[in-house]
Amino acid sequence: MLSVFLCVLNRDLTLALRRRTDVLTTLLFFVIVVSLFPLGVGSERELLRLLGPGVVWVAALLASMLALERLFAADYDDGTLEQLLLAGQPLSLLVLAKIVAHWLLTGLPLVIIAPLMAMQYALEATAIWVMMAALALGTPVLSLLGAIGAALTLGLRGGGILLSLLILPLYIPVLVYGAGAVSVSVIEIADTQPYFALLGAFLLGGLVLAPPAAAAALRISME
Amino acid sequence: MKINWFKYAAPTAFYPLAGRLVPVLAVAAAALVLFALYWGFFETPERLGGTNPQKEYYRIIFIHVPAAWMSMWLYLVLAAWSAVGLVFNTRLSFMMTNAVAPTGAIFTFLALWTGAFWGRPSWGTYWDWDPRLTSELILFFLYIGFMALHSAIDDSRRADRAAALLAIVGLVMLPIIYWSINCPDPNNCAALHQRSSLTDIESNILTAMLVMTLGFWLYSFAAAFARLRNIILLREQDSAWVRTMVDAAGAGGPANAGGGDALDANRRGVSA
Amino acid sequence: MQGLIDFLSQGGYAFYVWSAFGMTFALLIAEALVLRRSRRTILQRVGRLARLRMQNVPPGEHR
Repeated sequence: MLSVFLCVLNRDLTLALRRRTDVLTTLLFFVIVVSLFPLGVGSERELLRLLGPGVVWVAALLASMLALERLFAADYDDGTLEQLLLAGQPLSLLVLAKIVAHWLLTGLPLVIIAPLMAMQYALEATAIWVMMAALALGTPVLSLLGAIGAALTLGLRGGGILLSLLILPLYIPVLVYGAGAVSVSVIEIADTQPYFALLGAFLLGGLVLAPPAAAAALRISME
Repeated sequence: MKINWFKYAAPTAFYPLAGRLVPVLAVAAAALVLFALYWGFFETPERLGGTNPQKEYYRIIFIHVPAAWMSMWLYLVLAAWSAVGLVFNTRLSFMMTNAVAPTGAIFTFLALWTGAFWGRPSWGTYWDWDPRLTSELILFFLYIGFMALHSAIDDSRRADRAAALLAIVGLVMLPIIYWSINCPDPNNCAALHQRSSLTDIESNILTAMLVMTLGFWLYSFAAAFARLRNIILLREQDSAWVRTMVDAAGAGGPANAGGGDALDANRRGVSA
Repeated sequence: MQGLIDFLSQGGYAFYVWSAFGMTFALLIAEALVLRRSRRTILQRVGRLARLRMQNVPPGEHR
């Protein structure tokens, strides 16, 4: 079981690292969106500190959603996905491996670059740590939920726009608690614990429920 | 009398049944709605009681609350038929989900719209990021997402199943979304929208509201069944029974704009 | 007459009350009309296809 998981994970990572631009575009998208906001709303430090958590989270949502389209698309085009469906291994496990690979390539870079973005918004050091931790817990949930949408819209015309319509409403809980944790940490760091507990609960729930749902969606889309 | 319900699980059998039900339901719905309108406007006091009495604008309650209830109820119906369809693989269940979705979206929009016009005089704002308002908006997005996904997929079998799966995922997510909007700060929860308290509403107001709810409910049935008939016709237009039906109607006279009615009459003649 | 004006003005809240009620019934009636019209269109199309078939297929071979 584990070896199959690792095999798919390894394959996806290798393939993605041969085409690094895909990874970089997601990251650059995130950076650009976050950098545009101060130009739009003005650069007062107080205002930015207030907006920062929400803006960074919304940008992370959009960036991870943009990358979702590629989650199954390449494998769908070259027929690999069909082979995966026919393989004797449980499809949810294979899907989970692909999701993990996707998160490592799109979610993790966002977590790592978040401190730079936070500095643009004049956030304190504690808030930056909280933001990194919240993103580290929250972005996997985005990938997990998004995989269901990506599987449902597989191979459709205008799939990207449709995907955002389907998936963004489902991202709300992660956005609320992810941005909330950072906002609260500015006031009192001790109060952030419930936020992390909830984000952690979402992650565990997502790990259990999302891969079978995405696998079912893939079967529907591929038959 | 024993009725074989499974007989109506086939579109062929359900089509004429729905055809007989639609006019009955529509008339009943219209009667109930008209009664509720009369009762709501002429038999109720001009103030809504309570510590902060609301003036005539409270009458929006007669459509706002029923519309909000219907929007949630219809989503439950949508998700339930989706689950039935995915588990038992019955075509009619999927058609039912498609028949229900637009009506549900309309009621969701109406709950938001009437809420805005109620909120303005009572809260002083058309929109507030209150948990219930926001959840209703999310519900609207879910309905739109369901319909968008279904219409984006050409293959009807895949469209049915994909949209059904989405509806179920949405149903699982809804309580979590509601909770997250309700408690953006888990350390301390509060909400603006008043709790629904059916017990301390004046009885005439309650009567009008509940009758209106029943009217909207019957209307939803009528609209869903009417749409279901359209969907059945569209999907089965190449099947033998639709051909037979249309041929029979066509043989009776020139098919024109009134062809539908001639067809109906013919079908009644056959089934009687 | 005065009664009608009083009724329509809804104690000065006519705009809110009638906007809400107006949109509700406009949408519900519109939905009913759209359903009715689409039914007619579908039946017409199916009927047209049926007549085309009748013309193309010799009567003996039909059914």
